[in-house]
Amino acid sequence: MSEHVLLRYRDVSTDLRLIDNYIADGGYKTARRVIAEMAPDDVITTVKDANLRGRGGAGFPTGLKWSFLAKGTGKPVYLLCNADESEPGTFKDRDIMDHDPHQLLEGMMISAWAIGCIDAYIYIRGEFAYGAEVLETAIAEARAKGFLGKNIFGTSREMNIHVHRGAGAYICGEETGLIESLEGKRAHPRIKPPFPAVFGVFGCPTIVNNVETLACVKHILERGAAWFKGIGPEAGPGPKLYCVSGHVKKPGTYELPMGTPLMDLIFDHCGGMLPGRKLKAVIPGGSSVPILRAEECDIAMDFDSVVKAGSMLGSAGIIVMDDSTDMVAALRRIAHFYHHESCGQCTPCREGTGWLEKLLIRFDEGKATVEDITTLDTVAKGMLGTTICVLSDAAAMPVRSFLQKFPEEFEAATRRETVAA
Amino acid sequence: MATVTINGKTVEVPDGTNLVLAAEMAGQEIPHYCYHPGLSVAGNCRMCLVDIKAMSAKQPNAMPKLQIGCNTIVQDGMVVESNNPRVQEARQGVLEFLLINHPIDCPICDQAGECKLQEYYMDYGRYHSRFALEEKVDKGKVIPVGPDIMLDQERCILCTRCVRFLEEYTGTCELGLTERGDHAELTLATGKQVDNPYSTNIVDICPVGALTSREFRFRARVWYLDSTPSICAGCASGCNIDVDSREDRIFRLKPRANAAVNGYWMCDEGRRTWHRNQGEHRLTASYLRSADEFVETDAADVMARAAASLRSRSRTAVLASAATSLEEGYLARCIAQRLGAGPCLIVSPSTSSIPDDDKLISTDRYPNRAGLLALGYEEQLSPPSGVDSAIALRADIVADDETAWGSFLESMTETLVLADAVGKTMAYADHLLAIGSHFEAAGSFVNRDDRIQVFVPSVAAPGHALAGWQTLADLLAVLGGPRYASTDEVFAALCLAIGLGAGRTHSSVTSEGTPLASWKSGSGVKVAGNSPRIGTGSPASL
Repeated sequence: MSEHVLLRYRDVSTDLRLIDNYIADGGYKTARRVIAEMAPDDVITTVKDANLRGRGGAGFPTGLKWSFLAKGTGKPVYLLCNADESEPGTFKDRDIMDHDPHQLLEGMMISAWAIGCIDAYIYIRGEFAYGAEVLETAIAEARAKGFLGKNIFGTSREMNIHVHRGAGAYICGEETGLIESLEGKRAHPRIKPPFPAVFGVFGCPTIVNNVETLACVKHILERGAAWFKGIGPEAGPGPKLYCVSGHVKKPGTYELPMGTPLMDLIFDHCGGMLPGRKLKAVIPGGSSVPILRAEECDIAMDFDSVVKAGSMLGSAGIIVMDDSTDMVAALRRIAHFYHHESCGQCTPCREGTGWLEKLLIRFDEGKATVEDITTLDTVAKGMLGTTICVLSDAAAMPVRSFLQKFPEEFEAATRRETVAA
Repeated sequence: MATVTINGKTVEVPDGTNLVLAAEMAGQEIPHYCYHPGLSVAGNCRMCLVDIKAMSAKQPNAMPKLQIGCNTIVQDGMVVESNNPRVQEARQGVLEFLLINHPIDCPICDQAGECKLQEYYMDYGRYHSRFALEEKVDKGKVIPVGPDIMLDQERCILCTRCVRFLEEYTGTCELGLTERGDHAELTLATGKQVDNPYSTNIVDICPVGALTSREFRFRARVWYLDSTPSICAGCASGCNIDVDSREDRIFRLKPRANAAVNGYWMCDEGRRTWHRNQGEHRLTASYLRSADEFVETDAADVMARAAASLRSRSRTAVLASAATSLEEGYLARCIAQRLGAGPCLIVSPSTSSIPDDDKLISTDRYPNRAGLLALGYEEQLSPPSGVDSAIALRADIVADDETAWGSFLESMTETLVLADAVGKTMAYADHLLAIGSHFEAAGSFVNRDDRIQVFVPSVAAPGHALAGWQTLADLLAVLGGPRYASTDEVFAALCLAIGLGAGRTHSSVTSEGTPLASWKSGSGVKVAGNSPRIGTGSPASL
């Protein structure tokens, strides 16, 4: 894609963080038009027609999610923007917030209009101090222009956007964990049902959407559903931000059409592997999804194609590993993350994440036995699908896939010489 | 109503029932830790995972993932398997997870014998440990979190039953979770102690040995204890309890579920009422006054002499404590009628320094005021006039007001005292009969909501003391009245006498207690359901 949509800041010479520059570039035109002229249901229909799927990880159809909102409850409806971006290997949402915050605000205004929300929140992870500051400034600017607050764009409509900073927990990115945290509680994900669309934040109907998803809404309403659907596979189209990290020459965030071939991403856009190295494996969607061996990487990067290949697009956090990578050590590091981040609520996750890491430390330090391979696999298996949220699955999936894809390395590790701890 | 099939057994259950309770109604067990019928659903232990084969008659599709029974509400036509290989594997996995960081210190744990970890391990676990002992997470042990509660963080399975109880029932929020993952631990809120009036309930609902009673710990192995259903006599609420005893000594009281009276709970004050039942202060023998001395004498002899003395007086008052059972109260009233139709008085104050709360605590510290009032007793805290003799029944009136009652009793030509403990009133007795406490006899109370509840003896009366009703029945017979051979006979007679119908026995009283109004002949009185103080509970597994 020669032209950037979501990362437009890369194509213009002006600083889009400043509202006047953003307006001069055509900004807020769409929100003004939609709120003045379009019925909320027509906005939802447009988003549905565009086949927009959530960019946070699960790929759930956004329009469908909106249509689940409980109606006629007499309670306020809330829109929460999930800016907790904490899946290892993912750094796309911050690019939007840091450089083009008004794009997100405009997307949120249109979405809030569609679902009948007056007060919307951006839940941003604590580490994104800069992004939070940029957003606060942008909101103040938009308020000064009359785009937020009472009588927005000269209508009788009121709309507010609030920034809420988290304190740095992965679990706050799970939508009901986020809701609990926003309410000032420990981020223990909620049991479902009820779903947030019925009983969300403060007990009110709530929609939680990812930053990139909400930014897409702006462009869909600006350029039309047909334009959006024309980019990549029709069942899950649109411009897509890919976060590439690891052993490539040019890691970074890339905006490309949904369905861009993985090999093109690595060898064309990212300049290929580091000198003298060979591709060994790729985690295509953030550290929680199953790993692919090099020979499995000839795939298109869209929701359905990656699933067909046995993994998931997830948050499109693409972690590229070359032949110097010790898979046991890599998995140990991943397991450490999920052990550290498990909220501790459900038994299998609370106890299993710790057990996985302890087992992997044994492998890494040469203390593991052949039986430990089976233990590792069965512990992970017991964590799949048995908990309130999917953090448990996120911790278990990489373990099972590493074992399945690189069994020889784990077997070899049982023969390693013991390393002093 | 919804028809649901669990493990091939079909049962009809009320709408809104969850699968754990529905299974119970179908005679099936779905094991669980965090779920408690008296608390909100947390869904965190994952022990109650079940396989839903059909969601409902309308949507006969199976659920792809196992679902937790506690948060699944039955739908008509639902088909569930709670014991197939898939469920068993998941459950065994959960048990293994629960135990990897558990200290497994059962030999020194007070919960042993009534521990859900032990029980479910024996039922569903039984695997060899795959976890290295040295890799267990260390947490705090022997942490006093309140005057009666000790916390062991390593034994805790983080089910949050206690946290929810303290949030939802008492609203005091003394306990919470801190840290994350396998380092998560149950922690006392800064600057707080679990010292609310209902605190010890969290020991009962703790499914493991994390919260133990500082009073009970290391006192007895639970498998040596006999448990007897009873009623708390600590106040007018009439909470249902289990009395745990061994060799006629009581070790603890625990609440017994009754949705209509106390839900699943009882107060700490009530829990301590057994203390009065044991010790040097108990009266263990009967006495005669001879000159200025009490002479220990056989009860039958004391009674014969007391009867002879009373018969020669013109009018005898009955001065009863509101802790007197219905049976005792009725027999005493029969005796008074034969002795000049003397007044029958409730001499216990109806209020105390402890205020009513909106839960289970009544300011009336006596269990049967309503019952005695139904029997025709009158409340009077001052001495009656126009009598020459008195029977003090369980009432230490002199301790309440020495001046008034002391001079009154001095003016009596005969004072018979029936007491279960040493008291000031004894000093004024001509005849003194030792009787058992309500833990030591059968009987019935009527609580503040006019609900009749029955109890049976949990332990034997100490020494030569006899059951109160037995003593009074003997006295009535000696005075020429009818001879009652059992509490059921007395109960039938008293029910008939006060218009509660014929042929009533203790077994006619329902397990939730029977509202007096529902027995009033042809009253057509609409009987209220549950106590307004506890809302609706369900008599389900705890």
